[in-house]
Amino acid sequence: MNNYLISSNLAISDNGFLFMSSTGETFTVNEIGKHILNEMKNRTDIEKIREKILEEYEVSEQILEKDLNDFLNQLNTYKLVEEI
Amino acid sequence: MNKKNYERPIITKQQSGFMNKFGASTLNLPKTEIDGVNVSDLANEYSSPLFVISEKKIRETQRNALRIFKTRYPKVQFAWSYKTNYLNAVCSVFHQEGSWAEVVSEFEYDRARKLGISGEHIFFNGPHKSDDSLTKAINDGAKIHIDHFDELYQIIELTNKLDKKANVAIRVNLDVGIYPKWDRFGFNYENGEAAQALKRISVTDKLNLIGLHMHIGTYMMSSEAYKIGVSKLVALANDLHQQNGTVLEYIDIGGGFPSNNTLKGQYLPAEQILPTLEQYADAITSSLFELKYPGNELPTLVLETGRALIDDAGSLISKVLATKRLSDGKRALIFDAGVNLLFTSFWYKHTISPAQQTGLYTENSKIFGPLCMNIDCLNENITLPTLKKNDLVVINRVGAYNMTQWMQFITLRPNVVMIMEDQSVELIREGEDLEYIMMKEKLPEKLKKL
Repeated sequence: MNNYLISSNLAISDNGFLFMSSTGETFTVNEIGKHILNEMKNRTDIEKIREKILEEYEVSEQILEKDLNDFLNQLNTYKLVEEI
Repeated sequence: MNKKNYERPIITKQQSGFMNKFGASTLNLPKTEIDGVNVSDLANEYSSPLFVISEKKIRETQRNALRIFKTRYPKVQFAWSYKTNYLNAVCSVFHQEGSWAEVVSEFEYDRARKLGISGEHIFFNGPHKSDDSLTKAINDGAKIHIDHFDELYQIIELTNKLDKKANVAIRVNLDVGIYPKWDRFGFNYENGEAAQALKRISVTDKLNLIGLHMHIGTYMMSSEAYKIGVSKLVALANDLHQQNGTVLEYIDIGGGFPSNNTLKGQYLPAEQILPTLEQYADAITSSLFELKYPGNELPTLVLETGRALIDDAGSLISKVLATKRLSDGKRALIFDAGVNLLFTSFWYKHTISPAQQTGLYTENSKIFGPLCMNIDCLNENITLPTLKKNDLVVINRVGAYNMTQWMQFITLRPNVVMIMEDQSVELIREGEDLEYIMMKEKLPEKLKKL
Protein backbone atom coordinates (compact mmCIF):
# COMPACT_ATOMS: atom_id res chain seq x y z
CA MET A 1 0.00 0.00 0.00
CA ASN A 2 1.27 3.48 -0.89
CA ASN A 3 2.21 5.86 1.87
CA TYR A 4 0.80 9.31 2.32
CA LEU A 5 1.80 12.39 4.21
CA ILE A 6 -1.04 14.27 5.83
CA SER A 7 -1.17 18.03 5.30
CA SER A 8 0.16 20.03 8.22
CA ASN A 9 -2.70 22.52 7.65
CA LEU A 10 -5.35 19.95 8.58
CA ALA A 11 -6.86 20.25 12.06
CA ILE A 12 -8.80 17.27 13.40
CA SER A 13 -11.27 17.78 16.23
CA ASP A 14 -12.27 15.08 18.72
CA ASN A 15 -15.72 14.70 17.18
CA GLY A 16 -14.48 14.15 13.62
CA PHE A 17 -14.72 17.68 12.28
CA LEU A 18 -11.84 18.63 9.97
CA PHE A 19 -10.65 22.11 9.11
CA MET A 20 -8.15 22.83 6.37
CA SER A 21 -6.65 26.16 7.39
CA SER A 22 -4.99 26.81 4.00
CA THR A 23 -8.26 26.66 2.04
CA GLY A 24 -10.94 27.19 4.68
CA GLU A 25 -12.61 23.93 3.66
CA THR A 26 -14.32 21.77 6.24
CA PHE A 27 -15.05 18.06 6.30
CA THR A 28 -16.54 15.46 8.57
CA VAL A 29 -15.27 11.94 9.10
CA ASN A 30 -16.76 8.99 10.91
CA GLU A 31 -15.12 7.33 13.90
CA ILE A 32 -12.85 5.00 11.98
CA GLY A 33 -11.94 7.75 9.51
CA LYS A 34 -10.89 9.96 12.41
CA HIS A 35 -8.88 7.08 13.85
CA ILE A 36 -6.98 6.66 10.56
CA LEU A 37 -6.31 10.39 10.21
CA ASN A 38 -5.00 10.66 13.77
CA GLU A 39 -2.67 7.74 13.14
CA MET A 40 -1.49 9.41 9.94
CA LYS A 41 -0.93 12.63 11.85
CA ASN A 42 1.34 10.61 14.16
CA ARG A 43 3.18 9.47 11.05
CA THR A 44 2.11 5.87 11.46
CA ASP A 45 2.79 3.85 8.35
CA ILE A 46 -0.39 2.96 6.34
CA GLU A 47 0.55 -0.70 6.49
CA LYS A 48 0.75 -0.46 10.27
CA ILE A 49 -2.63 1.33 10.42
CA ARG A 50 -4.13 -1.47 8.34
CA GLU A 51 -2.78 -4.11 10.71
CA LYS A 52 -4.06 -2.24 13.77
CA ILE A 53 -7.58 -1.96 12.30
CA LEU A 54 -7.57 -5.66 11.46
CA GLU A 55 -6.70 -6.42 15.06
CA GLU A 56 -9.24 -4.05 16.58
CA TYR A 57 -12.23 -4.33 14.23
CA GLU A 58 -14.43 -7.08 12.89
CA VAL A 59 -13.44 -6.83 9.25
CA SER A 60 -11.86 -9.04 6.60
CA GLU A 61 -8.54 -8.18 4.97
CA GLN A 62 -10.13 -7.81 1.53
CA ILE A 63 -12.87 -5.45 2.62
CA LEU A 64 -10.45 -3.32 4.61
CA GLU A 65 -8.03 -3.12 1.70
CA LYS A 66 -10.82 -1.91 -0.60
CA ASP A 67 -12.21 0.59 1.92
CA LEU A 68 -8.82 1.93 2.94
CA ASN A 69 -7.81 2.50 -0.67
CA ASP A 70 -11.08 4.27 -1.29
CA PHE A 71 -10.63 6.48 1.78
CA LEU A 72 -7.05 7.40 0.86
CA ASN A 73 -8.15 8.20 -2.68
CA GLN A 74 -10.80 10.52 -1.27
CA LEU A 75 -8.22 12.25 0.95
CA ASN A 76 -6.02 12.64 -2.08
CA THR A 77 -8.89 14.05 -4.17
CA TYR A 78 -9.60 16.63 -1.49
CA LYS A 79 -5.83 17.40 -1.35
CA LEU A 80 -5.60 16.62 2.33
CA VAL A 81 -2.68 14.23 1.81
CA GLU A 82 0.27 13.86 -0.46
CA GLU A 83 1.52 10.59 -1.78
CA ILE A 84 5.15 9.94 -0.77
CA MET B 1 -11.22 -10.05 23.10
CA ASN B 2 -14.34 -8.93 21.26
CA LYS B 3 -13.57 -6.86 18.21
CA LYS B 4 -15.31 -3.58 17.54
CA ASN B 5 -18.03 -3.29 14.90
CA TYR B 6 -16.60 -2.13 11.62
CA GLU B 7 -17.94 0.70 9.53
CA ARG B 8 -15.98 1.75 6.48
CA PRO B 9 -14.04 5.05 6.82
CA ILE B 10 -15.88 7.98 5.28
CA ILE B 11 -15.03 11.59 4.69
CA THR B 12 -17.63 14.14 3.58
CA LYS B 13 -16.89 17.61 2.37
CA GLN B 14 -19.13 20.22 3.94
CA GLN B 15 -20.89 22.42 1.41
CA SER B 16 -21.89 25.92 2.37
CA GLY B 17 -24.82 27.67 0.78
CA PHE B 18 -26.86 24.52 0.24
CA MET B 19 -28.74 24.47 3.49
CA ASN B 20 -32.27 23.15 3.39
CA LYS B 21 -34.38 25.96 4.79
CA PHE B 22 -37.05 23.46 5.78
CA GLY B 23 -34.51 21.54 7.79
CA ALA B 24 -36.02 18.18 6.93
CA SER B 25 -34.08 15.43 8.61
CA THR B 26 -33.10 12.34 6.71
CA LEU B 27 -34.48 9.38 8.53
CA ASN B 28 -32.78 6.12 7.87
CA LEU B 29 -34.28 3.98 10.54
CA PRO B 30 -33.50 0.36 9.83
CA LYS B 31 -36.42 -1.82 8.82
CA THR B 32 -35.44 -5.24 10.07
CA GLU B 33 -38.96 -6.64 9.97
CA ILE B 34 -42.00 -6.43 7.76
CA ASP B 35 -45.21 -7.17 9.66
CA GLY B 36 -43.17 -8.90 12.35
CA VAL B 37 -41.29 -11.15 9.91
CA ASN B 38 -37.52 -10.78 9.81
CA VAL B 39 -36.28 -9.32 6.52
CA SER B 40 -33.09 -11.33 6.39
CA ASP B 41 -35.03 -14.56 7.09
CA LEU B 42 -37.29 -13.70 4.16
CA ALA B 43 -34.30 -13.09 1.89
CA ASN B 44 -32.66 -16.32 3.00
CA GLU B 45 -35.73 -18.38 2.37
CA TYR B 46 -37.09 -16.77 -0.79
CA SER B 47 -33.87 -15.17 -2.08
CA SER B 48 -33.27 -11.60 -3.09
CA PRO B 49 -34.71 -9.57 -4.75
CA LEU B 50 -38.08 -10.34 -3.25
CA PHE B 51 -41.41 -8.55 -3.41
CA VAL B 52 -43.28 -8.66 -0.12
CA ILE B 53 -46.95 -7.78 0.21
CA SER B 54 -48.68 -7.23 3.51
CA GLU B 55 -52.20 -8.63 3.71
CA LYS B 56 -52.76 -6.68 6.92
CA LYS B 57 -51.81 -3.36 5.33
CA ILE B 58 -54.10 -3.91 2.33
CA ARG B 59 -57.06 -4.65 4.56
CA GLU B 60 -56.32 -1.73 6.88
CA THR B 61 -55.97 0.74 4.02
CA GLN B 62 -59.08 -0.50 2.21
CA ARG B 63 -61.19 -0.44 5.38
CA ASN B 64 -59.99 3.03 6.24
CA ALA B 65 -60.81 4.35 2.75
CA LEU B 66 -64.27 2.77 2.84
CA ARG B 67 -64.93 4.27 6.28
CA ILE B 68 -63.87 7.74 5.09
CA PHE B 69 -66.30 7.67 2.14
CA LYS B 70 -69.14 5.83 3.89
CA THR B 71 -69.23 8.36 6.69
CA ARG B 72 -69.84 11.05 4.06
CA TYR B 73 -72.08 9.30 1.52
CA PRO B 74 -74.45 6.39 2.07
CA LYS B 75 -73.86 4.29 -1.05
CA VAL B 76 -70.21 3.56 -1.80
CA GLN B 77 -68.71 0.78 -3.88
CA PHE B 78 -64.98 0.29 -4.41
CA ALA B 79 -63.76 -1.56 -7.50
CA TRP B 80 -60.23 -2.91 -7.41
CA SER B 81 -58.15 -1.52 -10.26
CA TYR B 82 -56.62 -4.67 -11.74
CA LYS B 83 -53.90 -2.90 -13.69
CA THR B 84 -52.42 -1.53 -10.46
CA ASN B 85 -51.68 -5.01 -9.19
CA TYR B 86 -53.42 -8.05 -10.61
CA LEU B 87 -51.75 -10.81 -8.68
CA ASN B 88 -54.54 -13.20 -7.72
CA ALA B 89 -53.76 -13.04 -4.00
CA VAL B 90 -53.85 -9.24 -4.01
CA CYS B 91 -57.12 -9.06 -5.96
CA SER B 92 -58.66 -11.67 -3.67
CA VAL B 93 -57.89 -9.66 -0.54
CA PHE B 94 -59.64 -6.65 -2.08
CA HIS B 95 -62.58 -8.78 -3.20
CA GLN B 96 -62.88 -10.28 0.28
CA GLU B 97 -63.07 -6.71 1.56
CA GLY B 98 -66.07 -6.17 -0.71
CA SER B 99 -64.41 -4.52 -3.70
CA TRP B 100 -65.66 -5.30 -7.18
CA ALA B 101 -63.31 -5.43 -10.18
CA GLU B 102 -62.27 -2.64 -12.54
CA VAL B 103 -60.59 -4.02 -15.64
CA VAL B 104 -59.19 -2.41 -18.78
CA SER B 105 -58.60 -5.35 -21.10
CA GLU B 106 -59.93 -8.77 -21.99
CA PHE B 107 -56.95 -10.30 -20.19
CA GLU B 108 -57.88 -8.50 -16.97
CA TYR B 109 -61.57 -9.28 -17.52
CA ASP B 110 -60.77 -12.98 -17.79
CA ARG B 111 -58.60 -12.81 -14.67
CA ALA B 112 -61.47 -11.33 -12.68
CA ARG B 113 -63.94 -13.91 -13.97
CA LYS B 114 -61.49 -16.71 -13.19
CA LEU B 115 -61.25 -15.45 -9.63
CA GLY B 116 -65.01 -15.89 -9.37
CA ILE B 117 -66.14 -12.29 -9.80
CA SER B 118 -69.53 -12.18 -11.48
CA GLY B 119 -70.01 -10.04 -14.57
CA GLU B 120 -72.33 -7.61 -12.77
CA HIS B 121 -69.48 -6.80 -10.43
CA ILE B 122 -67.03 -5.89 -13.19
CA PHE B 123 -66.52 -2.40 -14.60
CA PHE B 124 -65.04 -2.80 -18.05
CA ASN B 125 -62.99 0.29 -18.99
CA GLY B 126 -60.43 1.11 -21.62
CA PRO B 127 -60.19 2.22 -25.25
CA HIS B 128 -59.75 -1.29 -26.66
CA LYS B 129 -62.48 -3.85 -26.29
CA SER B 130 -62.55 -6.61 -28.85
CA ASP B 131 -65.78 -8.15 -30.17
CA ASP B 132 -64.99 -11.27 -28.17
CA SER B 133 -64.48 -9.40 -24.93
CA LEU B 134 -67.61 -7.30 -25.43
CA THR B 135 -69.64 -10.41 -26.21
CA LYS B 136 -68.50 -11.93 -22.91
CA ALA B 137 -69.24 -8.69 -21.06
CA ILE B 138 -72.74 -8.37 -22.59
CA ASN B 139 -73.56 -12.01 -21.84
CA ASP B 140 -72.23 -11.71 -18.27
CA GLY B 141 -74.08 -8.47 -17.57
CA ALA B 142 -70.84 -6.57 -16.92
CA LYS B 143 -70.85 -2.79 -16.71
CA ILE B 144 -69.28 -1.57 -19.93
CA HIS B 145 -67.83 1.92 -19.92
CA ILE B 146 -67.90 3.18 -23.49
CA ASP B 147 -64.82 5.11 -24.56
CA HIS B 148 -65.68 6.42 -28.06
CA PHE B 149 -68.37 6.44 -30.75
CA ASP B 150 -66.83 3.55 -32.69
CA GLU B 151 -67.19 1.44 -29.59
CA LEU B 152 -70.74 2.63 -29.05
CA TYR B 153 -71.71 1.46 -32.56
CA GLN B 154 -69.74 -1.77 -32.04
CA ILE B 155 -71.83 -2.50 -28.92
CA ILE B 156 -75.09 -1.61 -30.65
CA GLU B 157 -74.20 -4.06 -33.41
CA LEU B 158 -73.28 -6.81 -30.95
CA THR B 159 -76.42 -6.39 -28.85
CA ASN B 160 -78.51 -6.69 -32.03
CA LYS B 161 -76.60 -9.79 -33.04
CA LEU B 162 -76.83 -11.36 -29.59
CA ASP B 163 -80.36 -10.04 -29.08
CA LYS B 164 -79.34 -9.05 -25.59
CA LYS B 165 -79.28 -5.83 -23.62
CA ALA B 166 -75.96 -4.36 -22.51
CA ASN B 167 -75.39 -2.45 -19.30
CA VAL B 168 -73.42 0.63 -20.24
CA ALA B 169 -72.02 3.87 -18.96
CA ILE B 170 -69.95 6.42 -20.80
CA ARG B 171 -66.57 7.69 -19.81
CA VAL B 172 -66.60 11.46 -19.78
CA ASN B 173 -63.47 13.57 -20.06
CA LEU B 174 -63.74 17.04 -18.68
CA ASP B 175 -61.77 20.15 -17.92
CA VAL B 176 -61.14 20.19 -14.19
CA GLY B 177 -58.56 22.94 -14.29
CA ILE B 178 -55.49 20.74 -14.30
CA TYR B 179 -52.72 20.28 -16.78
CA PRO B 180 -52.35 18.03 -18.73
CA LYS B 181 -56.02 17.62 -19.53
CA TRP B 182 -56.83 13.95 -19.96
CA ASP B 183 -58.98 14.09 -23.06
CA ARG B 184 -57.82 10.98 -24.87
CA PHE B 185 -60.28 8.73 -23.07
CA GLY B 186 -64.03 9.01 -23.27
CA PHE B 187 -66.40 11.66 -24.59
CA ASN B 188 -65.74 15.31 -23.95
CA TYR B 189 -68.09 17.21 -21.67
CA GLU B 190 -67.38 20.78 -22.67
CA ASN B 191 -67.90 20.39 -26.42
CA GLY B 192 -71.15 18.51 -25.98
CA GLU B 193 -69.86 15.16 -27.21
CA ALA B 194 -70.80 13.40 -23.95
CA ALA B 195 -74.39 14.71 -24.11
CA GLN B 196 -74.57 13.60 -27.74
CA ALA B 197 -73.41 10.08 -26.83
CA LEU B 198 -75.96 9.89 -24.03
CA LYS B 199 -78.68 10.94 -26.43
CA ARG B 200 -77.66 8.22 -28.88
CA ILE B 201 -77.73 5.63 -26.12
CA SER B 202 -81.15 6.74 -24.90
CA VAL B 203 -82.73 6.04 -28.28
CA THR B 204 -81.23 2.56 -28.49
CA ASP B 205 -83.48 0.04 -26.79
CA LYS B 206 -80.77 -2.58 -26.32
CA LEU B 207 -78.54 -0.29 -24.25
CA ASN B 208 -79.22 0.06 -20.58
CA LEU B 209 -77.65 3.33 -19.45
CA ILE B 210 -76.74 2.75 -15.81
CA GLY B 211 -73.92 5.16 -14.99
CA LEU B 212 -71.45 7.89 -15.76
CA HIS B 213 -67.72 7.52 -15.44
CA MET B 214 -64.73 9.83 -15.25
CA HIS B 215 -61.08 9.42 -14.48
CA ILE B 216 -59.40 12.78 -14.40
CA GLY B 217 -55.78 11.76 -14.09
CA THR B 218 -53.21 10.01 -12.01
CA TYR B 219 -51.46 11.09 -8.80
CA MET B 220 -53.89 14.01 -8.58
CA MET B 221 -52.60 16.45 -6.02
CA SER B 222 -55.72 18.60 -5.87
CA SER B 223 -59.02 17.62 -4.31
CA GLU B 224 -60.63 20.64 -5.99
CA ALA B 225 -60.22 18.94 -9.39
CA TYR B 226 -62.51 16.11 -8.23
CA LYS B 227 -65.05 18.60 -6.97
CA ILE B 228 -65.19 20.25 -10.41
CA GLY B 229 -65.27 16.92 -12.24
CA VAL B 230 -68.05 15.43 -10.13
CA SER B 231 -70.07 18.67 -10.44
CA LYS B 232 -69.94 18.33 -14.22
CA LEU B 233 -70.99 14.66 -14.11
CA VAL B 234 -73.82 15.57 -11.79
CA ALA B 235 -74.93 18.31 -14.21
CA LEU B 236 -75.03 15.67 -16.96
CA ALA B 237 -77.01 13.33 -14.73
CA ASN B 238 -79.48 16.10 -13.83
CA ASP B 239 -79.95 16.91 -17.54
CA LEU B 240 -80.56 13.24 -18.31
CA HIS B 241 -83.14 12.99 -15.59
CA GLN B 242 -84.88 16.13 -16.73
CA GLN B 243 -84.95 15.05 -20.36
CA ASN B 244 -86.14 11.47 -20.06
CA GLY B 245 -86.40 10.61 -16.38
CA THR B 246 -83.27 8.45 -16.37
CA VAL B 247 -82.08 7.64 -12.84
CA LEU B 248 -78.54 6.34 -12.90
CA GLU B 249 -77.43 3.43 -10.75
CA TYR B 250 -73.99 4.87 -10.15
CA ILE B 251 -71.50 7.63 -10.70
CA ASP B 252 -67.98 6.30 -11.06
CA ILE B 253 -65.33 8.89 -10.28
CA GLY B 254 -62.41 6.63 -11.26
CA GLY B 255 -59.19 6.72 -9.33
CA GLY B 256 -56.09 8.89 -9.34
CA PHE B 257 -55.61 9.52 -5.63
CA PRO B 258 -51.88 9.73 -4.93
CA SER B 259 -50.02 7.37 -2.63
CA ASN B 260 -47.51 8.50 -0.04
CA ASN B 261 -44.61 8.18 -2.47
CA THR B 262 -42.83 11.40 -3.32
CA LEU B 263 -42.52 12.28 -6.99
CA LYS B 264 -39.17 13.12 -8.52
CA GLY B 265 -38.86 16.89 -8.67
CA GLN B 266 -41.20 17.26 -5.71
CA TYR B 267 -39.31 19.19 -3.05
CA LEU B 268 -41.22 18.29 0.08
CA PRO B 269 -42.15 14.74 1.04
CA ALA B 270 -45.55 13.60 -0.20
CA GLU B 271 -46.97 13.30 3.32
CA GLN B 272 -46.46 17.01 3.84
CA ILE B 273 -48.08 18.35 0.69
CA LEU B 274 -50.81 15.97 -0.44
CA PRO B 275 -54.43 16.40 0.57
CA THR B 276 -55.70 13.71 2.91
CA LEU B 277 -58.18 11.09 1.71
CA GLU B 278 -60.77 12.86 3.86
CA GLN B 279 -60.29 16.04 1.80
CA TYR B 280 -60.81 14.14 -1.46
CA ALA B 281 -63.90 12.49 0.01
CA ASP B 282 -65.31 15.86 1.13
CA ALA B 283 -64.77 17.34 -2.33
CA ILE B 284 -66.38 14.40 -4.13
CA THR B 285 -69.36 13.83 -1.89
CA SER B 286 -70.24 17.51 -1.51
CA SER B 287 -70.61 17.73 -5.31
CA LEU B 288 -72.66 14.54 -5.44
CA PHE B 289 -75.29 16.08 -3.21
CA GLU B 290 -76.02 18.56 -6.03
CA LEU B 291 -78.00 15.77 -7.71
CA LYS B 292 -81.68 16.52 -8.07
CA TYR B 293 -83.17 13.06 -8.09
CA PRO B 294 -86.71 12.52 -6.86
CA GLY B 295 -87.23 11.36 -3.31
CA ASN B 296 -83.60 11.97 -2.49
CA GLU B 297 -82.71 8.86 -4.42
CA LEU B 298 -78.94 8.66 -4.76
CA PRO B 299 -76.75 6.76 -7.17
CA THR B 300 -73.92 4.62 -5.83
CA LEU B 301 -70.56 6.32 -5.70
CA VAL B 302 -68.03 4.02 -7.37
CA LEU B 303 -64.30 4.44 -6.72
CA GLU B 304 -61.59 2.73 -8.74
CA THR B 305 -58.78 3.72 -6.41
CA GLY B 306 -55.57 1.78 -7.09
CA ARG B 307 -52.21 3.11 -5.98
CA ALA B 308 -53.49 4.83 -2.83
CA LEU B 309 -54.73 1.46 -1.57
CA ILE B 310 -51.83 -0.83 -2.44
CA ASP B 311 -48.59 1.16 -2.63
CA ASP B 312 -47.90 1.09 1.12
CA ALA B 313 -48.58 -2.66 1.31
CA GLY B 314 -45.72 -3.58 -1.03
CA SER B 315 -41.99 -3.70 -0.25
CA LEU B 316 -39.05 -4.86 -2.30
CA ILE B 317 -36.18 -6.53 -0.48
CA SER B 318 -32.92 -6.08 -2.32
CA LYS B 319 -29.29 -6.91 -1.68
CA VAL B 320 -26.28 -4.65 -2.11
CA LEU B 321 -24.14 -6.29 -4.79
CA ALA B 322 -21.29 -3.80 -4.68
CA THR B 323 -20.26 -0.34 -3.60
CA LYS B 324 -18.34 1.94 -5.95
CA ARG B 325 -16.92 5.40 -6.16
CA LEU B 326 -17.98 7.43 -9.20
CA SER B 327 -15.63 9.76 -11.07
CA ASP B 328 -16.98 12.81 -9.23
CA GLY B 329 -16.29 11.18 -5.88
CA LYS B 330 -19.91 10.22 -5.26
CA ARG B 331 -20.74 6.92 -3.62
CA ALA B 332 -22.57 4.44 -5.84
CA LEU B 333 -24.36 1.32 -4.72
CA ILE B 334 -25.40 -1.53 -6.97
CA PHE B 335 -28.55 -3.35 -5.88
CA ASP B 336 -29.79 -6.69 -7.20
CA ALA B 337 -33.14 -5.06 -8.10
CA GLY B 338 -33.25 -2.57 -10.95
CA VAL B 339 -35.69 -0.63 -13.07
CA ASN B 340 -36.80 -3.91 -14.63
CA LEU B 341 -38.57 -4.68 -11.34
CA LEU B 342 -39.13 -1.17 -10.07
CA PHE B 343 -40.78 0.62 -12.93
CA THR B 344 -42.09 3.29 -10.57
CA SER B 345 -38.54 4.44 -9.82
CA PHE B 346 -38.77 6.38 -13.08
CA TRP B 347 -41.12 8.82 -11.37
CA TYR B 348 -40.90 8.20 -7.60
CA LYS B 349 -38.15 8.90 -5.12
CA HIS B 350 -38.71 5.65 -3.27
CA THR B 351 -37.53 5.63 0.32
CA ILE B 352 -34.97 2.95 1.04
CA SER B 353 -34.42 1.53 4.51
CA PRO B 354 -31.41 -0.52 5.54
CA ALA B 355 -32.51 -3.94 6.79
CA GLN B 356 -29.87 -4.17 9.48
CA GLN B 357 -28.55 -1.88 12.21
CA THR B 358 -26.17 0.69 10.77
CA GLY B 359 -23.93 3.45 12.01
CA LEU B 360 -25.20 7.01 12.29
CA TYR B 361 -22.97 8.33 9.56
CA THR B 362 -24.64 8.81 6.17
CA GLU B 363 -23.46 9.33 2.62
CA ASN B 364 -25.12 10.76 -0.46
CA SER B 365 -25.38 7.82 -2.78
CA LYS B 366 -26.50 6.99 -6.27
CA ILE B 367 -28.34 3.70 -6.57
CA PHE B 368 -27.98 1.47 -9.60
CA GLY B 369 -29.67 -1.79 -10.43
CA PRO B 370 -27.95 -4.91 -11.76
CA LEU B 371 -28.74 -4.35 -15.45
CA CYS B 372 -25.98 -3.64 -17.93
CA MET B 373 -27.90 -0.60 -19.16
CA ASN B 374 -27.23 3.01 -18.37
CA ILE B 375 -30.90 3.68 -17.63
CA ASP B 376 -30.82 1.31 -14.69
CA CYS B 377 -30.64 3.92 -11.96
CA LEU B 378 -33.08 3.67 -9.06
CA ASN B 379 -32.16 6.92 -7.37
CA GLU B 380 -29.81 9.71 -8.45
CA ASN B 381 -29.22 11.02 -4.97
CA ILE B 382 -30.28 9.47 -1.70
CA THR B 383 -28.82 9.80 1.75
CA LEU B 384 -28.09 6.38 3.16
CA PRO B 385 -26.02 4.96 5.99
CA THR B 386 -22.82 3.20 5.01
CA LEU B 387 -23.90 0.00 3.32
CA LYS B 388 -21.60 -2.78 2.24
CA LYS B 389 -21.72 -5.75 -0.09
CA ASN B 390 -24.42 -8.27 0.88
CA ASP B 391 -26.28 -5.84 3.14
CA LEU B 392 -30.04 -5.93 2.64
CA VAL B 393 -32.33 -2.98 2.06
CA VAL B 394 -36.08 -2.57 1.92
CA ILE B 395 -37.45 -0.35 -0.84
CA ASN B 396 -40.73 0.97 0.49
CA ARG B 397 -44.14 1.58 -1.07
CA VAL B 398 -43.80 -0.45 -4.22
CA GLY B 399 -47.19 -2.18 -4.23
CA ALA B 400 -48.68 -0.25 -7.15
CA TYR B 401 -47.81 -0.85 -10.80
CA ASN B 402 -44.51 -2.64 -10.28
CA MET B 403 -45.88 -6.17 -10.26
CA THR B 404 -47.81 -5.42 -13.45
CA GLN B 405 -45.33 -3.23 -15.33
CA TRP B 406 -42.19 -5.17 -14.41
CA MET B 407 -40.09 -6.35 -17.31
CA GLN B 408 -38.51 -9.63 -18.10
CA PHE B 409 -35.39 -7.91 -19.31
CA ILE B 410 -31.84 -9.20 -18.81
CA THR B 411 -32.87 -10.95 -15.60
CA LEU B 412 -35.89 -12.93 -14.47
CA ARG B 413 -38.74 -11.77 -12.31
CA PRO B 414 -38.40 -12.86 -8.68
CA ASN B 415 -40.62 -14.45 -6.06
CA VAL B 416 -43.50 -12.51 -4.56
CA VAL B 417 -44.63 -13.41 -1.08
CA MET B 418 -47.53 -12.26 1.01
CA ILE B 419 -47.24 -11.91 4.76
CA MET B 420 -50.58 -13.04 6.03
CA GLU B 421 -52.39 -11.49 8.97
CA ASP B 422 -51.17 -14.30 11.25
CA GLN B 423 -47.56 -13.57 10.17
CA SER B 424 -47.26 -16.74 8.13
CA VAL B 425 -45.59 -16.26 4.76
CA GLU B 426 -47.15 -17.47 1.51
CA LEU B 427 -45.43 -17.61 -1.84
CA ILE B 428 -47.99 -15.95 -4.14
CA ARG B 429 -45.97 -15.84 -7.35
CA GLU B 430 -43.03 -18.09 -7.98
CA GLY B 431 -39.89 -16.53 -9.44
CA GLU B 432 -39.51 -17.19 -13.14
CA ASP B 433 -36.96 -19.62 -14.56
CA LEU B 434 -35.44 -20.15 -17.98
CA GLU B 435 -37.91 -22.87 -18.88
CA TYR B 436 -40.88 -20.61 -18.14
CA ILE B 437 -39.45 -17.79 -20.24
CA MET B 438 -38.62 -20.03 -23.19
CA MET B 439 -41.74 -22.19 -23.24
CA LYS B 440 -43.52 -19.94 -25.75
CA GLU B 441 -40.56 -19.66 -28.10
CA LYS B 442 -40.19 -21.78 -31.20
CA LEU B 443 -36.85 -22.37 -32.88
CA PRO B 444 -37.12 -23.02 -36.63
CA GLU B 445 -35.75 -26.45 -37.56
CA LYS B 446 -32.96 -25.12 -39.78
CA LEU B 447 -31.61 -22.99 -36.91
CA LYS B 448 -31.31 -25.89 -34.51
CA LYS B 449 -28.04 -27.18 -35.85
CA LEU B 450 -25.07 -25.06 -34.80
